[in-house]
Amino acid sequence: MASLLFICIGVLFNLLGCIGIIRLPDVYNRLQAATKCVTLGTCSILIGVLFHFGFNDAGIKALIAIPILFFASTVAAHALIRGTYHFGVKLSDKTVKDDYKDAAK
Amino acid sequence: MTTFLDILLYMQIALSGVCLYRIIRGPSIPDRMVAIDIFGILVVGICAIISIQTERSFILDIGIAWIILSFIGTLTLAKYLSGKKLNE
Repeated sequence: MASLLFICIGVLFNLLGCIGIIRLPDVYNRLQAATKCVTLGTCSILIGVLFHFGFNDAGIKALIAIPILFFASTVAAHALIRGTYHFGVKLSDKTVKDDYKDAAK
Repeated sequence: MTTFLDILLYMQIALSGVCLYRIIRGPSIPDRMVAIDIFGILVVGICAIISIQTERSFILDIGIAWIILSFIGTLTLAKYLSGKKLNE
């Protein structure tokens, strides 16, 4: 029962992240909404798998997948958004502050 | 008979369909790359739910391998976007 609760929370976080992918105006907003919500939601799903199986082979695999997912997805998102800024994608019209403009040169 | 877990699995598959919409429609190249990155993470969640349904553990191995391959692919594409050669 606890596993179903954790999986339900995870799918809810994934839903919020995918609404962010559809609705937000430019690529920087989309990535910062999507990568945080989807990483946290998938980690919650994996915690639910750990609760369902207990500490046997499948549960340990889910437990190993959580830190790999955290480090891999956050580092990949940071590198991707830095490359996007150097590629020259314009920010949205409603952006009020761009602190990275001086540091990027 | 559909259980509650089936509904969660179908919701997760529908969310990856939303990412496919952004991959097809995305106005610029980085939009598509962001959507591909998020799609890879959502597939790991699908693998986890299927491993509960079928009570088999090797499907989680597919998820772990998918995370690592998606990480390497996204880093390579980010390096390509920032305009450098791959050996710098």
